[in-house]
Amino acid sequence: MMSEDNLKESGRSGAFIVSAQKRKMQKLAKTGGESILLLIASFVAIVVLFIFYFVAVDAVPYFQLRGFREFFTSSNWYPADEPGEFGALAIIYGSGMVTLGSTLLSVPMGIAAAICLSDILPFSVRQYAKPVIEMLAAIPSVAFGFFALVIFAPLLQTHGGPILMWAWWILAAPFLLLAVIILSDLLTAKIENQNRRQQISLVLLAVFGVGALAFLYWVGSVLQGMEIITGTNALNVSIILSFMALPTIVSVSEDALQAVGRDLREGSYALGATRAETIVKTVLPAASSGILAAVILGVMRALGETMVVWMASGNSSHIPEPWFNYLEAVRTLTATIAGDMGEADQVTGSARYHVLFAMGLLLLVISFICNLVSERIVVRQRKILSGQ
Amino acid sequence: MNLFRKIVLGAAVLGFMAGGTAEAANKIVMDGSTTVGPIAKSFAAYFTKTTGVQVTVSESGSGNGAKSLINGTCDIANMSREMKDKEVAAAKSKGVKPVEHIVAMDGLAIVVHPSNRVNALSKAQIRGIYNGKYTNWSQVGGPNAAIVKIQRESNSGTQDSFKELVMGKDNPISKKAETQASNGAVKNRVASTPAAIGFIGLGFVDNAVKAVMVDGVEPDERTVKNGTYPITRPLFMYTNGQATGVVKQFIDLKNTPEGKRMISELGYVNR
Repeated sequence: MMSEDNLKESGRSGAFIVSAQKRKMQKLAKTGGESILLLIASFVAIVVLFIFYFVAVDAVPYFQLRGFREFFTSSNWYPADEPGEFGALAIIYGSGMVTLGSTLLSVPMGIAAAICLSDILPFSVRQYAKPVIEMLAAIPSVAFGFFALVIFAPLLQTHGGPILMWAWWILAAPFLLLAVIILSDLLTAKIENQNRRQQISLVLLAVFGVGALAFLYWVGSVLQGMEIITGTNALNVSIILSFMALPTIVSVSEDALQAVGRDLREGSYALGATRAETIVKTVLPAASSGILAAVILGVMRALGETMVVWMASGNSSHIPEPWFNYLEAVRTLTATIAGDMGEADQVTGSARYHVLFAMGLLLLVISFICNLVSERIVVRQRKILSGQ
Repeated sequence: MNLFRKIVLGAAVLGFMAGGTAEAANKIVMDGSTTVGPIAKSFAAYFTKTTGVQVTVSESGSGNGAKSLINGTCDIANMSREMKDKEVAAAKSKGVKPVEHIVAMDGLAIVVHPSNRVNALSKAQIRGIYNGKYTNWSQVGGPNAAIVKIQRESNSGTQDSFKELVMGKDNPISKKAETQASNGAVKNRVASTPAAIGFIGLGFVDNAVKAVMVDGVEPDERTVKNGTYPITRPLFMYTNGQATGVVKQFIDLKNTPEGKRMISELGYVNR
């Protein structure tokens, strides 16, 4: 920094000369501004802490009244009965089921779309495609719920079998094709005569291909014969939630893939790698921490979503039979809070009121743990990538 | 709707608080049933608008309504059941003389998809469907399709009525029953699901769903009114002694055209 005297000596215009008083004022303004910003930032943090505190304060009386055992081990949810039963196991299971289902659907789709956007589509197309995908996030969840309840649920009931079959073909066919190619390549890799290798590889490809087609067709026809009795089920909600999580996953992981940068990609090409090899072996590992963050964000979105599940999951608090049956109605934590909060109050039954806060606390704790885990993984990944 | 009711109630409470301990003639305090609540709140909003008398409506259940009346903390107890002998005795010992006023009748229609060929069910069959004994429509004379049972959320008055009038004490509704948030939502689900069954207030029935005969009786205003429809019950308001002054005026609303309109708009049946 130049001092005042220096400025005077150098003969510049007087505008740069700042009096001692003015400097003091500026310093004051700077400190003031910074402290206001700090206050706002800490306010946000304090709000989070307060939410935790108030939910916990109202949740603790439930556990004091009824203990932990019933809540976590029973699936009898009869809060309005005398005496009430508050087994939330089936509800916790429903939340997990719906979240898992939507994650299984949205993560592969989301990451594939992100790779396509960042490494395959030309820049001009990407500029239009990304905002369109991000627009999905702007659709209010009640609109998704309305669609799920009024259009998608009846559709699943009338055309459930064919929908399941086509979904199976579209999702499974590419993966099986890839598996067949890789398998026949691996099996013939040790044959040294090139001609022979190609011949055997072709034969194997044909054999496996026919096998895969038969498998696809068999599962497809089984699915086509299935009848979906109720359209408001775990599958419906999983599909809708996966669409709601998609924009987050695509957008965040595309940013992560972009952040990998040109130099790594060009380095990979310079070593003779193909584009596929570059994406799979260089870009994806380098962006993995960002992609993981995207996945966690998507999972949170699905876990915390209320309106869609309240409208379209069917809200029946039982564990489906068999346990993986996505075609049965389920009930989630968020929907239970939304549905029962309206009339449960401290007066009519305190366990019934506080159990909803217990569920809220459970949700908070789950998302807290998820965030913590993802943070740890991201930090570790960074260390590995930077070679430490 | 619920939010709207809450706001009305909240406004009533606020108004009551602003008025402080107003003269008895200037306010009416109501407590009791959640089922009668909509009528009470509708009446209250109308009554306050036309007469300026503040009406407070609390919904804490029929039992609490009776208790409040006995303890003299409310002017009108809303109840969806008759006062028990024990409660009447307790009231007498405290010098309170409960007088019963029937405000409306409540009929619960059992609805199925219009394409379902089931036209009539017995109460026992309905009970069997909801407690999980019957899982296929073919067991009750319908097509070969699994039954999708739809109930209301646990704190719904309609749900309470159904449990009391159809299920009975020892027959919990199957855990597999789906839950919808309102009469309208139940109706929509039944209208779009061929294998569904649900129960809704008579006022919500339209052409999108088919109300079945219960024990051979068609549910309509007439059968609810004369009590031949089996899933029917009167809704009560109880006062201490014969109603007088504004309380009488309030209860007599049920006989005015405006009161009758509100009752049937809410899906209840006029007596």
